[in-house]
Amino acid sequence: MHILIEKGHIIDPSQGIDGIGNILIEDGKIKEVYIQSKEQKAKSKSSPPQPSPSMEEGLPPADRIINAKGMFVIPGLIDMHVHLREPGFEYKETIKTGTAAAIRGGFTTVCCMPNTFPVNDNASVTEFIIRKSLEGLCTVLPIGAITKGQKGEELVEMGTMKDEGCIAFSDDGLPVMNSLMMRRALEYSKAFNLPIISHCEDLTLSEDGVMSEGLLSMTLGLRGIPAEAEQIMVFRDILLAELTQGKLHIAHVSTKGSVKLIRDAKKRGVNVTAETCPHYFSLTEDAVKNYDTNAKVNPPLRTNKDIEAIKEGLKDGTIDVIATDHAPHHRDEKLKEFDLAPSGISGLETALGLSMRLVDEGVITINQLIEKMSVNPSRILGLCSPPSFFITGPKGTFAKGADADVAIIDTKKEFRVEASKFFSKGKNTPFDGWMLKGAPAITISKGRIYEWK
Amino acid sequence: MLQKDLLGIKEISVEDITLILETAAGFKDVLGRDIKKVPTLRGKTAVNLFFEPSTRTRTSFELAAIRLSTDVINFSVPTSSVVKGESLIDTALTVQALGADFIILRHPSAGVPHLLARKLRASVINAGDGANEHPTQALLDAFTIQEKKGGIEGLDIAIVGDIMHSRVAKSNIYSLTKLGAKIRLIGPPTLIPEEMKEIGVGVFHTMEKGLKDVDVVMMLRIQMERQGKGFFPSTEEYSKNWGLTPERLSLAKDDAIVMHPGPMNRGIEIASEIADGPQSVILEQVTNGLAVRMAVMYLLAGVKR
Repeated sequence: MHILIEKGHIIDPSQGIDGIGNILIEDGKIKEVYIQSKEQKAKSKSSPPQPSPSMEEGLPPADRIINAKGMFVIPGLIDMHVHLREPGFEYKETIKTGTAAAIRGGFTTVCCMPNTFPVNDNASVTEFIIRKSLEGLCTVLPIGAITKGQKGEELVEMGTMKDEGCIAFSDDGLPVMNSLMMRRALEYSKAFNLPIISHCEDLTLSEDGVMSEGLLSMTLGLRGIPAEAEQIMVFRDILLAELTQGKLHIAHVSTKGSVKLIRDAKKRGVNVTAETCPHYFSLTEDAVKNYDTNAKVNPPLRTNKDIEAIKEGLKDGTIDVIATDHAPHHRDEKLKEFDLAPSGISGLETALGLSMRLVDEGVITINQLIEKMSVNPSRILGLCSPPSFFITGPKGTFAKGADADVAIIDTKKEFRVEASKFFSKGKNTPFDGWMLKGAPAITISKGRIYEWK
Repeated sequence: MLQKDLLGIKEISVEDITLILETAAGFKDVLGRDIKKVPTLRGKTAVNLFFEPSTRTRTSFELAAIRLSTDVINFSVPTSSVVKGESLIDTALTVQALGADFIILRHPSAGVPHLLARKLRASVINAGDGANEHPTQALLDAFTIQEKKGGIEGLDIAIVGDIMHSRVAKSNIYSLTKLGAKIRLIGPPTLIPEEMKEIGVGVFHTMEKGLKDVDVVMMLRIQMERQGKGFFPSTEEYSKNWGLTPERLSLAKDDAIVMHPGPMNRGIEIASEIADGPQSVILEQVTNGLAVRMAVMYLLAGVKR
C-alpha cells in the first residue's frame, strides 16, 4: 500500500525540513520525503508550485494520492498528557472514543495518565491498556503511576511496567507529597531512563480550593488556590531532580512563577522539561465568573500576567511541550455545584486550533508549534528510538522508516467549536462556540487515512 | 432593572436597592397594622429550598410569604453536602414542577443560585450561598441603618469578624458601598482576605483602631469550627482580641448602633450587656427582615418575563 501526499508544505523540525514537496508512505512507514524548493513557500501564493519532473522520477505508482496543496503537512501530533478513563470510567471516555477525538485533533499518539480504576500501577493494567489500544484509532502509550494506588507510599514496579509498555510515570492529580518518596522515584526511574511527570500542587496549601486565589475568588465566594501551591512543588521537584540527576517533566505549568523557576533551573543545567496546556494561554480566571464548571480545571485558570509569562516561556523554550490534559467528564458531573463538579477540560479537539492562535499572534512560529506538539514530546519520551516492542517505529519525525503518522492542516479554514459534535464523550469545554483556525483536514495514523471536509 | 431572580447585591444597581428599601417601608407599615396580611400575591407559591440548616432566615421568608398571601412550603434537604441520590438540578426541577413561583434557596456552595436561575423559570431568591452572598440580609441591614440613621451616605460602618467566610459581610460590603458608606473591616488577618483592600474598604486588625468614631458596628457570628484550623487558636483568644465589649464600643460615636445577623455567641463576639443594651438594634433587624423579604418577593413577581 502506497500513499503519496503531494504539493503540501512539509514541515519536520526534527530534520530541519521546511518546504513544498511530496511524501511517499509505504506500508505505514515513511518511505521518502521530496522537497521541491525551500524558497517556493514564500511565493507559493502567487505562483503555486508545480511538482518538478525530478520529483516524479522513480516513484512507484501510489494507491492513493492526496493533494495537500496550500496545506501544512506535519508529523502527527503527540499528546503526552491525556485521560482516556479506561478501565473504570468508560462512561466518561473509552480508548476508542478518546483516540477518535485525538485523530480529529491531529494527534496520532496520546499518552494516558494512570488515574483509572484500577489505577495503572502494575503490569497487568498496563497490559490491558496496551491490548485495548489495539482497537484505538491512534497509538496509545500508557503512563504508569509512580506509587501504588497513587497513594504516595510505595513505588510501582517500574521496570516490569516499562517492559509491558509504560513510557513515563506520574501520580498526576494526586501528587507525591512526601519528598523522600519523590526523591526515590526520580532516582529509581533512572535505571529505566523514563521520565517522572509531576503534577505540581502542594495539597496542604491548595486544600479544598476550586479556583485561582485572588480578588475574583473572594468576590465569587469560592475557595482559592494560590499560585504558590504550584510553585512550591515545582521548586521542590527541581531541587530533587538536581539532587538525583533524575529525569523530571513538569506537567501543565499554569503560573508566572513556575515559568521563572523552570527557566532558572534549565539555565543551571537541571534535567527538567515542562509542558503547558492550551487553556493556560487562552483563558484567564474570568472564565469561571458565571460559576461555569466547564472552566473548572486543576491547576486553575490564572491571570493575564500568567498567560503572558507562559507565552514568553513557550517562545524562549522554557516550556517544551503543549499537551492537552484532556480530561473528559460526563455532562451530569459538570452540571453540579461548582465546589463539587470535577476538574477538567475535554481538550483534544481544540488544542491545535488554540495553539495556532499563538502562531497567528506571532508568539511562536509554526515550526516551534510542531516542536512543542510532536518533536519534543517524542524526544522527552524517547520515541525517536522506540524503547519497547509496542511502539512500531520512530514518532514525531518524517525520517525514513518512521511511523507514517501525519497531520495535514488547513490553516486558513476557520471552524466553529461545537462541543456537541466532539468525538470525545466529554463535551466539557469552555471553548464551545469559539471560532478557530487550523483544523486537520487529514490525519494518517496506523496506516489509515481519516479525512474531513 | 431587577431581573427575575435576586442572586446577589453584586448583580443589582443602587436604584434597585433603593426601590427595594422604599417598597419595604410600605410593607413595614402593613406589619404595624392590626391585620398584618395583604392579598397582593394570592395564588402564588413559594418554596423554601434549604440545603443548610436555618431557622431564622427560613422562618422570616415563610412569614413574609404568608403575609403576602402566598402559599409557602418548606423543602428541607438533609444537610449532607453531597446530596445522595438526587442531583441538585433534579431536586430544583421537581420543586418547580410542583408549581413554585419563587424558589428561596440556601446552599453551602457558592454559585448554586446562579446555576439554578439559569435552569428554572421560577424566581430564585438567594437566601445564602456558601461564602458568596446573602442579599436579603444586607438589604434588611441597610433598611435598619437607614431607619436609625436617616441615611447611609457618608456613614462610617465597621464590620467585625470572619469576613472571609461570611456571605453576610460580603453582601453588606457591596450594598453599603453602593449606598455611599465607608466600610472598615476588623478582624484577624487570617479571616480578612488581602484582596479586600483592592475594593476600597479599610482593613484593621485591632478593635481599638478600627472602631474609632464609627456610626455603626456590625458584628459577625464567629463559627466555632474555624478554631483549630489555623484561623485563630481558640475562641477565648478571639474573644479577648475581637469581642465587642462596652469599653471598645465607647470608642465608637456615642450614638453608634450595634448590629448582629444572629444567632449570637454571647460572651464571645459580643458582650451580653451590649446585645441587650440601648445601642443594640438586633431585634429590629429581625422585624425589618420580614418587610424587606416581602418587598423582594413583591418586586420580583412584577418583573416581566
